Amino acid sequence: MSRPEDTLPPDLFYNDTESRKYTTSSRIQRIQSDMTHRALSLLSLASPSLILDIGCGSGLSGEILSQTPQYGTPGGPHVWIGLDISASMLGVALEKDVDGDLFLADAGQGVPFRPGTFDAAISISAIQWLCNAETSEDSPAGRLSRFFGGLYASLRRGGRAVCQFYPKNETQKKMVAQAAIKAGFGAGLLEDDEGTKNAKTYLVLTVGGGDLDGDITGVVRGMDSVHVMARPGAKAAKRGGDIVKGSRGWILKKKEQMERKGKVVKPSSKYTGRKRRVQF
Amino acid sequence: MKLLTLNFLTCAIKACKSSPASFPLHPRDVELEIVESDINLPFLKNILPRLMWAELRTIAAELGLPELPETAPTRDHLVEGKEEAKEGEEVDEVPSQTARDLHRVLLETTVKEGKLVCGNCAHEYKVMEGVPNFLLPGHLV
Ligand SMILES: C[S@@+](CC[C@H](N)C(=O)[O-])C[C@H]1O[C@@H](n2cnc3c(N)ncnc32)[C@H](O)[C@@H]1O
Ligand SMILES: [Zn+2]
Repeated sequence: MSRPEDTLPPDLFYNDTESRKYTTSSRIQRIQSDMTHRALSLLSLASPSLILDIGCGSGLSGEILSQTPQYGTPGGPHVWIGLDISASMLGVALEKDVDGDLFLADAGQGVPFRPGTFDAAISISAIQWLCNAETSEDSPAGRLSRFFGGLYASLRRGGRAVCQFYPKNETQKKMVAQAAIKAGFGAGLLEDDEGTKNAKTYLVLTVGGGDLDGDITGVVRGMDSVHVMARPGAKAAKRGGDIVKGSRGWILKKKEQMERKGKVVKPSSKYTGRKRRVQF
Repeated sequence: MKLLTLNFLTCAIKACKSSPASFPLHPRDVELEIVESDINLPFLKNILPRLMWAELRTIAAELGLPELPETAPTRDHLVEGKEEAKEGEEVDEVPSQTARDLHRVLLETTVKEGKLVCGNCAHEYKVMEGVPNFLLPGHLV
């Protein structure tokens, strides 16, 4: 099956017909709702917060954010602001009379809020769309950089973002995650149902500063499916030393260093140091 | 769009990022609508220190709303004199009149139609059915 991302730009793909089809499908509603709850559990919000929803569509996630804890929304009810590039999707959200504020905006152009505005951000099934704008004026790299740069600035210190997305392949997954790290985020990549056709990829992002909670190690502690992480603010890690980079010895040494610094590392196994798919 | 949101929104144009005049955006030819909602005291307490109070006053004045106090309330101002709680008992905090006024201004007062104008570059963002259009032509990104 071809990816919609490969056929049309998002504002044309999500036209009136598609937006209605999307929002009324009970199968889609259930999947998007499950992923929103998963993302919320990763955000661990303890009290009502100001949240940005990127690619909010018809507001399926937003409706969950507006709920109280009794109805399953931790820390709720939250106040949210949604951005979407499709006027038709936003039209459906308006008809549903969602509580959040809606913006017709292209996340690839940046995030127009002053620094430190949001406690958290969420994005469900949207940011893969940033990867396929290859026009004479713009490139995926430019769009990703403006998006993550703007997102990073608009979150408060210690804030978090969780972006579930559908990368086309490993290269694209890596490109997205690297763009987030380059913007200054601490980043972890979480895979649910890895290797199945229901696989879901969550990019978990933290902004340094504030309380310890902002540290990525706090977010992913105890999760064994998080592959790679970078500390917030730690741009490209310093490399070097006498051990061959990438060798088992090098990895074990790195792990030891990271454990000493309190980072979460995967337990060493007989596979440690073998060639495997690159995650970042 | 809530006035709360307007208190965080800036001009999206790159050249305006570093200019103080790009915040707040100024409402022009605006139709306001009051949309009532339940008061969320913990949210108000959370967001209060992040508000730009002077700019909120400016916007309220530009919209012809009642004048806001010169200085921002504190978190304590948002809670009604806490009832005498028995030892170890959790008491629900009661929102004060200040909290209810703030809720009215920030969360219930919305821009329905009109435009938002940047004080630096004069770009106009249209608002239709409460939704601001922030799509920029490529050369302004
Ligand atoms: C699969 S839908 C998901 C909608 C919603 N997050 C949900 O879970 O129901 C993807 C959404 O991303 C939006 N989108 C795609 N590219 C975007 C961009 N550059 N900026 C903002 N939104 C975008 C689309 O218009 C669409 O509404
Ligand atoms: Zn401007």
